[in-house]
Amino acid sequence: MYDIIIIGAGPAGISAALYTLRANLNTLIIGKDGGALQQTDKIENYFGTGGVISGKELLEKGRIQAEALGAVFAKEEVVSIEWMENFTVTTQSNRYEAKAVIIATGNKRSTAKIKGIDTLEGKGVSYCAVCDAFFYRGKNVGILGSGEYALHEAMALKGVVNSITVFTDGKEITADFPEDISIVTSPVEEIQGEEKVSGVKTKDGNIYPLDGVFVALGTAGAGELARKLGLPIENNRISVNEDKSTMIPGIFAAGDCIGGVLQIATAVGEGAEAALSAIKYLKTSTSK
Amino acid sequence: MSVLTITQNNFEREVLNSDKPVLLDFWASWCGPCRMLSPVVDEIAEENPQIKVGKINVDEEGDLAASFGVMSIPTLVVIKNGQVVNQSVGVVPKQKILGML
Repeated sequence: MYDIIIIGAGPAGISAALYTLRANLNTLIIGKDGGALQQTDKIENYFGTGGVISGKELLEKGRIQAEALGAVFAKEEVVSIEWMENFTVTTQSNRYEAKAVIIATGNKRSTAKIKGIDTLEGKGVSYCAVCDAFFYRGKNVGILGSGEYALHEAMALKGVVNSITVFTDGKEITADFPEDISIVTSPVEEIQGEEKVSGVKTKDGNIYPLDGVFVALGTAGAGELARKLGLPIENNRISVNEDKSTMIPGIFAAGDCIGGVLQIATAVGEGAEAALSAIKYLKTSTSK
Repeated sequence: MSVLTITQNNFEREVLNSDKPVLLDFWASWCGPCRMLSPVVDEIAEENPQIKVGKINVDEEGDLAASFGVMSIPTLVVIKNGQVVNQSVGVVPKQKILGML
């Protein structure tokens, strides 16, 4: 059991870790990569770098700094968070528990919009297999996705639904799907249905009649994790209070996943705020 | 006002024939997000005596859930004069729920 798990190894997550580690909290940072910052070649607007620095270099320096304080990094992909008394964070290969969580996953830049996803949400389009599998007992469902996250959703549906078809939307499969799950690799044209989902049409002209479609494209981002936890989201951003706490006691969020100007400077600041709030929360909740 | 448990038996009396607007919360015990929304719905019931608030357990009232086309939970439905006027899926902030009423 960790005191705190930080999901995301970008500037917000690592900055938060520097604070939690210095407060002597047993801290785990889970992140597949450095997110948007890793893709940035030249940074010229961030304090103290002495000129131009690359995103990769800045991230590396941050990581070394956190490790020197005792941070544990898990280079894994988070597929789910659940909460009962404590929080359970599931990755493609492990389950971790913690008393508090900071979500600093960043945000997906420009995810392709598939026709029907928005209009049919709640009418057969779902973002949470664990929540909604019940409604699809004995029915035929599709999953949009191709990686570990899609596999995790598939396993939550398997045994409950009649059949599962995975639509990779033109992407390559990067997880080990069981054999009884059909895989369609053609790009998806639209999710069809008027009152409710009737099927998926792919760009090669095929129509697959389905009762429901679960969205698990790419990795589980802030929006997906928030939906599973029951945190309110607006425009795919997690709604936070001023101190970066969320509606769930013990969960905090910082960086691009809460919106704003999407700058390193703000991510670092918000990471610090979230960490300070989490430290305060853990102190008061354990002294009770 | 306290929150009513809506079932097939009292649905017509409490919801369809209600002279007040009705806010319905479709939920289940195994749904994490539902546990988040539930206290917010309780608060709204407490603070707004001009509306009626009911909860429907989809495990026990599958037919009711199906009749509203509920396929994701939590789902909130607002009914006025026996007609559905608003519906939302997932956890939504309190202000937004109040705006639906």
